[in-house]
Order: sequence, then C-alpha cells, then structure tokens
Amino acid sequence: MLKIQKLHKSYPIGDSSLHVLKGIDLFVEKGEMVAIMGSSGSGKSTLLNIIGMLDEADEGKYILDEVPIKNLTEKKAAVYRNKFLGFIFQSFNLINYKNALENVALPLYYQGLKRKKRQEIAKFHLQKVGLLDWATHLPSELSGGQKQRVAIARALASNPKLLLADEPTGALDTTTSYDIMAFLQQLNNEGKTILIVTHEKDIAAMCKRIVRLKDGVIMEDNFVKQVKATVDV
Amino acid sequence: MKFLFERDTWQEVYDSMSKNKLRTGITMVGVWWGILLLIALLGAARGMENSFNRIFGDFATNSVFVWGQSTSMPFKGFQEGKRVRLKLSHVDKIKDNIEGIEFVVPRNRNQALVVRNFLSGTYGVNGDYPLLDKIQKKKMIRGRFINQNDINYNKKVAVISEDIYKQLFEKDENPIGAYVQMNSINFTVIGVFQNGNVNMGPTSDIHIPFTTFQQIYNEGDRIGWMVITGKPEYNIKQIEADTKLLLRNLNKIHPRDNRAFGSFNLGKEFAKITGFLTGMQFLTWFVGIATLIAGVFAIGNILLITVKERTKEIGVRRALGATPFEIKRQIVVEAVFLTMISGVLGIISGGWILIIIDKAWGQGDDATLVNASVSISVVFIALIILVILGTLIGLIPAFKATSVKPIEALREE
Repeated sequence: MLKIQKLHKSYPIGDSSLHVLKGIDLFVEKGEMVAIMGSSGSGKSTLLNIIGMLDEADEGKYILDEVPIKNLTEKKAAVYRNKFLGFIFQSFNLINYKNALENVALPLYYQGLKRKKRQEIAKFHLQKVGLLDWATHLPSELSGGQKQRVAIARALASNPKLLLADEPTGALDTTTSYDIMAFLQQLNNEGKTILIVTHEKDIAAMCKRIVRLKDGVIMEDNFVKQVKATVDV
Repeated sequence: MKFLFERDTWQEVYDSMSKNKLRTGITMVGVWWGILLLIALLGAARGMENSFNRIFGDFATNSVFVWGQSTSMPFKGFQEGKRVRLKLSHVDKIKDNIEGIEFVVPRNRNQALVVRNFLSGTYGVNGDYPLLDKIQKKKMIRGRFINQNDINYNKKVAVISEDIYKQLFEKDENPIGAYVQMNSINFTVIGVFQNGNVNMGPTSDIHIPFTTFQQIYNEGDRIGWMVITGKPEYNIKQIEADTKLLLRNLNKIHPRDNRAFGSFNLGKEFAKITGFLTGMQFLTWFVGIATLIAGVFAIGNILLITVKERTKEIGVRRALGATPFEIKRQIVVEAVFLTMISGVLGIISGGWILIIIDKAWGQGDDATLVNASVSISVVFIALIILVILGTLIGLIPAFKATSVKPIEALREE
C-alpha cells in the first residue's frame, strides 16, 4: 500500500541546512492503523507532509498504491491528493464561510462532479459522522468535536485510499478525542488505511501499530494491542 | 468556459466579496469613477462637437470666399494699385479649369434703406442665385428662396431675414406677398428665413435675385465676391491657390501678386475647430483611461490583500485537490467580475450625468452641449478594455496565491 525507502529531507536554514529526515524506511499494508509518534522536531510532520504530497523528499523512494510518487507537477500532485488522500488537520481547517455540507462536498467539486451528485455523496458522509442534521450550519456554529467530524467526512468524501491525520485530537478535550478516535477505529475496521501523527500516548495506543521517530530516524516500530476507544460518560 | 455557469464559481465570488463589503465597495469606487469620468467626458465632448456642427452645419465647410482688391505689383504695363474686380465670366472659367470644384457662386452686395409703410431700416442687400441655398442652407420660416424663374425675369422679389420681418411687420402678420421698398423700388416678399447662429462672411439680411441686383445697381457683369466650394475629397487650400492663380492670369496680374485677391478660407478655419475637438477627445480618452487604470490597480491591490488573508484557505483547497489553475481561475474571475460590475455601474451613472448635462445645457437653440451622448460602440470598447485590464490585474494576485506552497500555507501559526 505505502512503501517508503531511504527517505531523506533537509531544509535550508541560512547557509547551512537542517537534515530533518535521515533515511526513513516504512511499509504500511492496506487496512493498517499506524500512529507516528515523536517529540517536536523529530520529523514526524515532515514525514506526513511528504506522504501527503504537500512536500517532496530530496532522496528516496515513495510508492503509494503501486504508483511511484516523484517529480510531481503542482497539477499532478493536486490530482493525486484528491484521488488518494484524505487530510485531517489539528485545527480542522474548515472553510469558515461554507456550511458543513459545502465543506464536505469541496473535494468532490475539484473532482468535477455535478452539484447534485456532490450533495448526495456529501450527505451520505455527513450522515456517517452523525451530523446530517447540522448540514446547513457554518463551522462557527459547531463544537470542536463536530468540526473534526465534518473534517473527517470531508476527508472521506473523495473515497481516498489513505487517511492522513495530523494531531487530529490536538485541539480537543479528552472525551471528544476518544469519541473521534472511536470513529477513526470504526473506519479502520471497515478497511480504511489510517496514518495518525500524534504525541499523545493514549491516542497512539488506540492504533494497531506505533512508529516512533527521533531525530529523523525510526527508533521503534511495533505492532501493539489496540486499545478500544470508549467514551466514558 | 463551463465554469462560468456553475453556481459554485459565483458562490465563491460572492463569498469573498461579501466577507469584506466595505473594502470591496471602496475598491469598486475606483473603477466606477474611472468609467463614469470617461463616459461623462466623452459625452460632453460629443455634445460640444454636435453644437459646433449645428452652428456650422448650414455651411458647406469645404469652401473659400474670394473677392477682388488692388494689385501690389506692376505687370504688363499696368501700374500697381490697379483696382481688381471679379467678373461673371470668371465663374465659368473657374468651373472649367480648376479641378475639384463643386459650386462657384457669384454674389453681390450693397446697403439699402428698406421701407415699409412708416417703418424703415438700413440693411445689407445681396444679389444671389438659387445656388446659394446649396452652400449656405437657409432655414425658411415662410415662403421660399429665390428660384431660377426670378433670375430669368429679373423679378423684383425679396427674401428677408426673421430680424427684418420682426422690425418691419406686425406680429403674426403674413409677409408673403407684401411689399417692401428698397431704393424707391417695390419688392414683393417671397420668403422669410431664420438667422443662423453664426454668419460666415457679411451679414445676410435680404436676398434678391442676382439679375435684379445687376439691374438696379448698374453692376453689369461685375460681381462683388464669389463662394467656391470644393468636392469633399479635394483639398480646399489647393483649390484656393489654383483659383487665385487663374484669376491673376485672367486679369493680367503678376502671378506672385498676393494682394490682388482677398480670400477667406472657411475650410481652413473649420479645420482648426475640428482639430481642437479632436484634441479634446484625445484628452478625454486619455484622462478617462488613465483613471480607469488607476481603478483597476486598486482592484488588483485589494485582491492581493484578500489572497494574503486567504492563504490558509487556499492551502486547504489545494490539499483537497484544487489545481493551481483552478485557484488562479477563481481569482481572475473575481477580478473580472469586480471590474465588470463597477464598470457597468459607472456606465449607468455616467449615463445619468449625461442626462443631467442634457437637461442643464442641452436644451434650446443656443445650447452649448447638444445631444451629449456616447455611442454604444464606445461603451462596448470601454467594457472590453475593462475585461482585459481586469484579467491582467487579476493575474498578479492569482500567481501570488499559487506561489505559496500548500505546506507553508497550512503551517500552524
């Protein structure tokens, strides 16, 4: 599903450069739920950005679903992102003047679907995250947990092969975080491949596999016994 | 072009504009003001041109007046200072020999005391051919102008101006068929014409048949002056020079004697005025378009700021699969839409201004701005310029928007 070999990335800082990723090897199979952990500066966000095609590696191989990802033009990257990937951000990144339904339908717009079709699919996904009743509400009228659910629905809308979540629970309280994680687990059980960047141990423990990064290299890569996320009321 | 008809495209435009109503409004004022100025100025310039045309409209502007003076050089045995008179026989010679002549109209003139009952006045009397009506259109209020029959039979008939009618006749009295006395000879009034706004040459008060004039003033075949009209495609200055040379030749005058014949070139004078009008129009376009460009730049500026504010949003969109082209297209559409809307508003309000101008200065006979208006083609040209400028200026923020990598746009602050 996802193959990464000897990935290197450095950023220029003034005259010198900062070597952020120093040869990462990572293989993820379909249906996995992987937590990428690490302290800040460990390179986990950079890795996620490269996987998300928002950034390009200096060196190494990246193959996503048999498609080698390299030398992307902006246009091609946009098409791949739309087709292969669903993004979930820490700060939700919903477009604040569009209502929930329109936000979810946005990736479908860029796929060139007809308006009717878009609405239909968006409604289906909103229902999946349990927010169909909130379809016409603006993000400012939703709670944090609801916003993240809308964001998840948006990430799912284009039926991507891989869900990328960058600290999806970073801006949420524990109860809501567990709620979101329970939902992501459910999605994973339905067969979605999910990559979660987090620095919270309890969140990582809810995944099936934990990859620990430190100073640009993988320190640990373990399959763990998944903790079921339960919402204790 | 399909995207232009999609609801989402316009939803985007509406959203980004309505988020910043005040700033959008102020920016639109720039373009609105530019096109308003352009329309109002062009309309006013056109009004001025129309009013000039109305004043000169009664005259064949491609014409020259020629009269005899005195020689300033001795030639062929004649001393200088010889009095030069034009003769009727010259008329046909000019017509036959000079290229590009349309009409040659001989005219005579004298002063006469005009009497009717107990009212009298001294006016200029002109001996004229019917042809005069062709080059100086008379606006007849009553009756008719001199015709060939009057010429053939030396009829004692007179065409008088409205001024004379007002002075010699009672209000609403019918002057046609009435008699007026000139040099103790009775003339039947056959027509009354309206005085023009501008008189080229001597004032024209009374017109009588040329042949009648010859008879009562004993002019023989001498004529006072002649009006020569050139065909539109010929240069009147050349005709003037050719005519004078021919006349010198016919009258045994030194070929370089410039004082023997006097002339007034109406075409030349008219060209000065039209040149002035052309200059005005150029100035108008220049000012209008310069203002327009300033306004369009204001739109570019606001879009640039808007784009900066929306960096994150644009980053999100790109993460969701928007290609740079789609982002650029959206911003250019916004720019063009803004310029179009404010441009159309400017055209409408410019039209209102022209209506006001017409109400204030466009009414009546002595209106300074007659029918101040702009043609539809000018409006279309202005709109096309707006669209082009809007597109060009929209490209700046559009490229700015996509020059930021999505990863930088998305970076948490």
